[in-house]
Amino acid sequence: MDITTWMFEWLEGNAIFTPNTLGYYWDGFVTTTQLVFLSLLAGLLLAVPLAILRSSRHKWISLPVYVYTYVFRGTPLLIQLYIIYYGVVFFDGIQETFLWPILREAFYPALIAFTLNTAAYTTEIFRGAIKATSQGEIEAAKAYGMSSSLMMRRIILPSAFRRALPSYGNEVIFMLHASAIASVVTLTDLTGAARFVYARFYAPFDAFLFVAAIYLCLTFAILFVFRQLEKRLLAHLKPLSH
Amino acid sequence: MLDLQGYGPRLIEGAGVTVQLAILSLLLAIVLGLLTATAKMSRSWLLHKVATLYTTVIRGVPDLVLMMLLFFGGQIGVNMISDMLYDHFDIDLYINFNAFAAGVLTIGFIFGAYMGETFRGAFMAVDEGQIEAGKAYGMGNALLFRRVRFPQMMRHALPGLSNNWMVLLKTTALVSVIGLTDMVRVAAEASRATHEPFVFLLPVAAVYLLIASVSEWIFAQLQKRYNVGFGGQ
Repeated sequence: MDITTWMFEWLEGNAIFTPNTLGYYWDGFVTTTQLVFLSLLAGLLLAVPLAILRSSRHKWISLPVYVYTYVFRGTPLLIQLYIIYYGVVFFDGIQETFLWPILREAFYPALIAFTLNTAAYTTEIFRGAIKATSQGEIEAAKAYGMSSSLMMRRIILPSAFRRALPSYGNEVIFMLHASAIASVVTLTDLTGAARFVYARFYAPFDAFLFVAAIYLCLTFAILFVFRQLEKRLLAHLKPLSH
Repeated sequence: MLDLQGYGPRLIEGAGVTVQLAILSLLLAIVLGLLTATAKMSRSWLLHKVATLYTTVIRGVPDLVLMMLLFFGGQIGVNMISDMLYDHFDIDLYINFNAFAAGVLTIGFIFGAYMGETFRGAFMAVDEGQIEAGKAYGMGNALLFRRVRFPQMMRHALPGLSNNWMVLLKTTALVSVIGLTDMVRVAAEASRATHEPFVFLLPVAAVYLLIASVSEWIFAQLQKRYNVGFGGQ
């Protein structure tokens, strides 16, 4: 049987998954994807310079970054979200600035909290990768007369990014799962949509199992993408085949 | 000084709930993790498949979704069971769905999957020769587990275990969303009521950091103990 007619018949005989509720899930999917993608992008951009500072030999440069990553990795994301969501009002004069219409909505406090959180984890991932650069490569770069910024750009960062790839893949999945708490501050992300459907039909199994399956598919998609990336970018580290 | 506006005792109570919840869930997760690791390494095809399904599904779905499924679905599920018992066996049994127990079960169930992966790697890192030697001494499976495999496995499992514990500790904050009165819920309520979020949320964040630091120290001590005889690394 044709898959679209099958879908149609299944939808017709179903009280809960009407086109209407599927529309909620779709909106939730869009919100979740936007939140996760934007926070990962901003977090990545923050994490690169922070990781370089964190690897500095000078204590007064690396210590503040360490305090930041320690605090953000040591406390629950939910608390960070609450602090930003409830606290943003209390910055003096913020309600008069052009930022207020943006910050008043739950989306942006959530985005800020997620960005700061993932930036902290990503900083530590990159810092580990930078630290693991082989001493020989650094010596060779120095022997070529490279300045430390050129060495960072041409030698250390490109190989560190590759080494960080598997851990960063885990961080992306972690962020997808962590984004579910956006539903706590009234955002209708995927989990928020499931909560809505649950509340409306009092059908916890349908509502949450369906959304769990969506998350599972997304997780597998991310895993697949990172596995392909690793295959390409880490090909030089694979054991030689005989 | 910090003015908690009368919320102090409730916050401390909430902190107690957080700590109890975390420790009980950890114990359950360790037991489930050991079972999962054993199932994954067993020669039985079915056990292996079931364990793989468990770890894959749990690790692919957000904690909060699993929690809501168990919390909201739990009462309905329990009611269905007691209805069935009444209809078919004439047993009149009312099971009260306890929120705290549900929290422990959910978090333990989630982290059992992560622990399973940690323990599996650790068990495989134990030298085969050690196990053969144990068998040569005529040790039974249980004794072999207690005296040889477990103590040596823990050396490899501790870093992963400590990692999982830190994540678990932070995951306990999610129960506040579902209705358990842990310290996060008290702080969030107080923030809404008094319009002073920093006064309540920052100390709670500090308590999490404190627990994390203390457990880091404990794990370092444990690592030292399990590394005895391995060149003190």
